[in-house]
Amino acid sequence: MTVPVSWYLLLSAVLFAIGAIGALTRRNGISIFLSVELMLNAANLTLVAYARQWDQHTGQIIVFFVMAVAAAEAAVGLALFIAVFRQRRTIDVNRMNLLQG
Amino acid sequence: METLIFLIFAALALGSGVVVVVHRSPIYATLSLVLTLFSMAVLFVLLGAPFVGALQILVYAGAIVVLFLFVIMLLNVQQEEGAHARRSAQMVTAILGAVVFLGMFWLAYRQTTLPATKPLTEELVSLKGLAGALFTDYLLPFEIVGLLLLVAVIGATVAARRPGSDTSSPKDDYVAEDPSSGPVLPREVRS
Amino acid sequence: MNSDLIVVLVKYAVMFAVFINVAPIMVWVERRGAGLIQDRPGPNRVGPFGLFQPLADALKFMFKEDVTPALVDKPLYLLAPVLALMPAFTTLVLIPFGPTITVGGRTTPLVVTNADTGVLLFLAISSLGVYSLVMAGYASNNKFSLIGSIRASAQLISYELALTVSVLAVLIPVNSFRLTDVVAYQQAHWWQWNCFPQILGCLVFLIAAFAETNRLPFDLPEAESELIAGFHTEYGAMRFALFFQGEYSNMAALSALGATLFFGGWSLPFVHYPDNLLGGVLGLLTLVAKIAIAMAVFVWVRWTFPRFRYDQLMRLGWKFLLPLAILNLILVSAMTLAGWL
Repeated sequence: MTVPVSWYLLLSAVLFAIGAIGALTRRNGISIFLSVELMLNAANLTLVAYARQWDQHTGQIIVFFVMAVAAAEAAVGLALFIAVFRQRRTIDVNRMNLLQG
Repeated sequence: METLIFLIFAALALGSGVVVVVHRSPIYATLSLVLTLFSMAVLFVLLGAPFVGALQILVYAGAIVVLFLFVIMLLNVQQEEGAHARRSAQMVTAILGAVVFLGMFWLAYRQTTLPATKPLTEELVSLKGLAGALFTDYLLPFEIVGLLLLVAVIGATVAARRPGSDTSSPKDDYVAEDPSSGPVLPREVRS
Repeated sequence: MNSDLIVVLVKYAVMFAVFINVAPIMVWVERRGAGLIQDRPGPNRVGPFGLFQPLADALKFMFKEDVTPALVDKPLYLLAPVLALMPAFTTLVLIPFGPTITVGGRTTPLVVTNADTGVLLFLAISSLGVYSLVMAGYASNNKFSLIGSIRASAQLISYELALTVSVLAVLIPVNSFRLTDVVAYQQAHWWQWNCFPQILGCLVFLIAAFAETNRLPFDLPEAESELIAGFHTEYGAMRFALFFQGEYSNMAALSALGATLFFGGWSLPFVHYPDNLLGGVLGLLTLVAKIAIAMAVFVWVRWTFPRFRYDQLMRLGWKFLLPLAILNLILVSAMTLAGWL
């Protein structure tokens, strides 16, 4: 039996929800980043599932671009973490409150 | 058979996804992200996208997560400390939020009915079709993404540079300057 | 479907048997080769010409006391040596070791899986080998191991780029990612082996392969005089043997890939193998011979050259090898467009 595409969509929705919980709940900057990567992967799964459903390449190509953008974002984000760490000696995002009113 | 593979790797992806979000040690969270990425690569292959699956392992699991691990080890990111009493309230709110989200998803999904999935065609799975579409219809986004990656490389290099230092010093750029920070033992010996 | 599965398992068993025997043989070759180059006998006590030395080493590893240091991160510490073996024994499913043979009414190409994205999968899985290094260094609770593993993983992902780009250049005239197509392409042209028109790519692959397998002149992460033993300092006995085996199997896997991409794989120049079992055996023997020659070159280079310093190593990888690989890619694309390749 072929696995129906809706199962993949449900899986990606659940993964996205898990990633969103992580991104909103964690205090460690790296953990937030990991949760964001999880969300991006869930979105990739949705795109590939729809590519399968409509029998087109568009979904897979968009995933290609999403991966490139995620790589760029990870590089820049981690460089920013390193720069912030040098100043504040912590990655705890609750401590990065210089703009707090 | 396909259902069995889907169930196994979907369960693996879910389980390791939960570990990524929940585990306190960043190294374990990152390693279980690798497991999640690997199971999602298998799911991509099941969906008729072997190129995307191979790319997922090559780019995501093989490079991006290694970058994460580097930064974690170099900055000696420890486990989150304290405030566990607040944590349960956070968890309850988070789970309520997830339930709301999934409810919205179900409501939206109920409106649309997907037609039956046609069997996998050679055209979808083959690399030639994907490459043809990528380099003809999607050539402009491809070039723009290349430019984006260039910008990101420059930005990351500038952002991570040591302030006020000459850019091309051959001494230990890869170890933190201050010996009291930087790569430290994961657990100090307690005497 | 059942008989398909059995055929696949038999093919995997053949390749597994080849790769599992690499480490014991290489122990002997490495030490005798070192002796030869350094003008000394090498091991010659244990059996004629020291041929039973690997057996003695294996017994030693098995009976040594297995010490786990006190404050290591137990799960990662135990998992790292196991993961050291994973890339080599997974990527060997993609290497073709013979022509398409017909045995007992069943026609099958002699490769365990002829994946459509063969080479890409090979590179992807071999890039996962960095995790065993990272885990070993982090879990060891030892500053030197951590530094060694950071250096090793940085080296690995840097040279992986040059490796990937040089491999891509090979694939451009072949028009396919499958390794069987690469071998068929080489057989169909008058130069027979890809190393002749793509000499630059072959050299880049060679240097990058040395760096990928942490072999001299790129073995600073595990050099004895630098960082004790680098990332596997805290591992003794059987666990060290697993790392050892993993390193040699990685060398064999990359040698097999290089042989298939640049040196014709299982085929000899201008020789047509029969498509029965004999052809399969001949193909396997040819591939094993090429892997053996490549491993001998690994040993030869190890005991000849001094080691690169770490910053020299990174500079070489990024500022020299990667631009060279990209130049090779452009040249090969131009030659393919011009119809020469």
